[in-house]
Amino acid sequence: MSQTQQLEDFVTQVRRDILRQVHAVNSGHPGGSLGCAEFFTALYQKIMDYDTNFNMDGKNEDLFFLSNGHISPVFYSVLARSGFFPVKELNTFRKIDSRLQGHPTTHEGLPGIRVASGSLGQGMSVAIGAAQTKKLNKDSHLVYSLHGDGELQEGQNWEAIMYAAANKVDNLISTVDLNGQQIDGSTDTVLPLGNLKDKFEAFGWDVLEIQKGNDIEAVIKGLEEAKTRTGKGKPVCILLHTVMGNGVDFMMHTHAWHGKAPNDEQLETGLSQNPETLGDY
Amino acid sequence: MKKYTDTGKKDTRSGFGAGLEELGKTNENVVALCADLTGSLKMDAFKENHPERFFQVGIAEANMMGMAAGMTIGGKIPFTGTFANFSTGRVYDQIRQSIAYSNKNVKICASHAGLTLGEDGATHQILEDLGLMKMLPGMTVINTCDYNQTKAATLAVAEHEGPVYLRFGRPKVANFTEENQKFEIGKAVQLTEGQDVTIIATGHLVWEALQAAEALEKDNISAEVINIHTIKPLDKEAILKSVEKTGCVVTAEEHNYLGGLGESVARVLAENMPSPQEFVATQDTFGESGNPLELLDKYGLNAKAIQQKVEKVIKRK
Repeated sequence: MSQTQQLEDFVTQVRRDILRQVHAVNSGHPGGSLGCAEFFTALYQKIMDYDTNFNMDGKNEDLFFLSNGHISPVFYSVLARSGFFPVKELNTFRKIDSRLQGHPTTHEGLPGIRVASGSLGQGMSVAIGAAQTKKLNKDSHLVYSLHGDGELQEGQNWEAIMYAAANKVDNLISTVDLNGQQIDGSTDTVLPLGNLKDKFEAFGWDVLEIQKGNDIEAVIKGLEEAKTRTGKGKPVCILLHTVMGNGVDFMMHTHAWHGKAPNDEQLETGLSQNPETLGDY
Repeated sequence: MKKYTDTGKKDTRSGFGAGLEELGKTNENVVALCADLTGSLKMDAFKENHPERFFQVGIAEANMMGMAAGMTIGGKIPFTGTFANFSTGRVYDQIRQSIAYSNKNVKICASHAGLTLGEDGATHQILEDLGLMKMLPGMTVINTCDYNQTKAATLAVAEHEGPVYLRFGRPKVANFTEENQKFEIGKAVQLTEGQDVTIIATGHLVWEALQAAEALEKDNISAEVINIHTIKPLDKEAILKSVEKTGCVVTAEEHNYLGGLGESVARVLAENMPSPQEFVATQDTFGESGNPLELLDKYGLNAKAIQQKVEKVIKRK
């Protein structure tokens, strides 16, 4: 089997995990999670250098921070299937006494999580702090972060974006999930973001775009290109064009599935479009 | 009654600055972040001597709190510096999620707390910060009384694992506690022994409590003055031991009576030993511009006010 096929199988299984987690508790955020399945798969299966024997300090490994914590189902699925915790634990998602809280947290000690997120707009600051500590520690590994596009409406991001460029935080790759949707509708109708490439560049970032954010090969190529741009005095931004709800036809191109679970019938339809590959939990 | 001597008026924020500079020399993991108030926070010496570990974040407190949380990952011990108002109310959610809930080893160092910030007025005089911070699970909350104690507390919080709110102030006040004292987080300091009333004070009002106790002595009222520098975790045993003996208590703080030290003491007493209590604190109000001493007098936060509340509470026994 080709490596691309293996990664695509991984993505398909992650989509199943997302649907099944959200369906089981009739809550959670499938839309953004599905749109980022390829990104997380690329990051954890191909790009990042990390230790599954989790250590909060993360010295001498790459770090990832999820700022838009509501897409926890994709994060949990990829962490579990990358070896951070047992895959079967996905069946505790959002249930009482679980380490898999609705939004990711360090509080329950889930391996792979280094900060709580969910209240939006905070992750880039945390990632910058971690990146600065890596520099102080003479640790050449990189820090990655992911942000929703709607999330950029939070002002703290722009404090962070200004800081990172002014202070040459060039060991940071921040990706914006550009799906154009947020809870109340499209970002264009709620509060238009304008030209994000121009905005990040005006703030002094090196920006690259991944037009096919749901094509695993394109995502890997883009992330690899981003890595080559680190260490050159500028923080790196990836504008990742994705489709919310990708891979489940009735969930695509709409904000309707931002935070809504499928019913039994919808689950079956979604799963039939994403046949089991690595084995369900 | 044991007497205390003012060895010369100094600001508590300078105690913080001195402690931070000492940490710069002794603990290579200590880093400092400041939101455009380096001089006000007395962080200049640290900045000059350890520039690689000093982070000027600009007027962007939310980013500062998030960065501080991130910097702990990899073993750094970040000290953030700005005014108390901008250290708490402005960034409550950042502290709540990225620091407290995430259990990050960040030291939130807050100057210019309370009315004694003075002329800048109510926009800057936060009187709600102790309440905001003590309600956060896992947060240690400290309010020091003078230069020496603030310096000692600064050194101590670096050794403590977990988030800390360290509150101090702007004006020069009596410096009366021991130089190079040992600072034990969560341990009350009994300053005088007395039989008739317990005065529990924190921050700038500890010195005022001592002045009140001296004045009361002349009226044959013996007051036991306790310096509670750690509002959370609260030294329950010290409070109960004293109030068991005296039968009544006055709490004194430069803070709103809602949510401050007084309410924490009242809870301990209600649960264990219901006792008459009077509160020296602001009465659910904002501050205003003015000279610090005049403000303390107007809002009833000085030795005179403490003395009056003592006379009142003793009658309720």
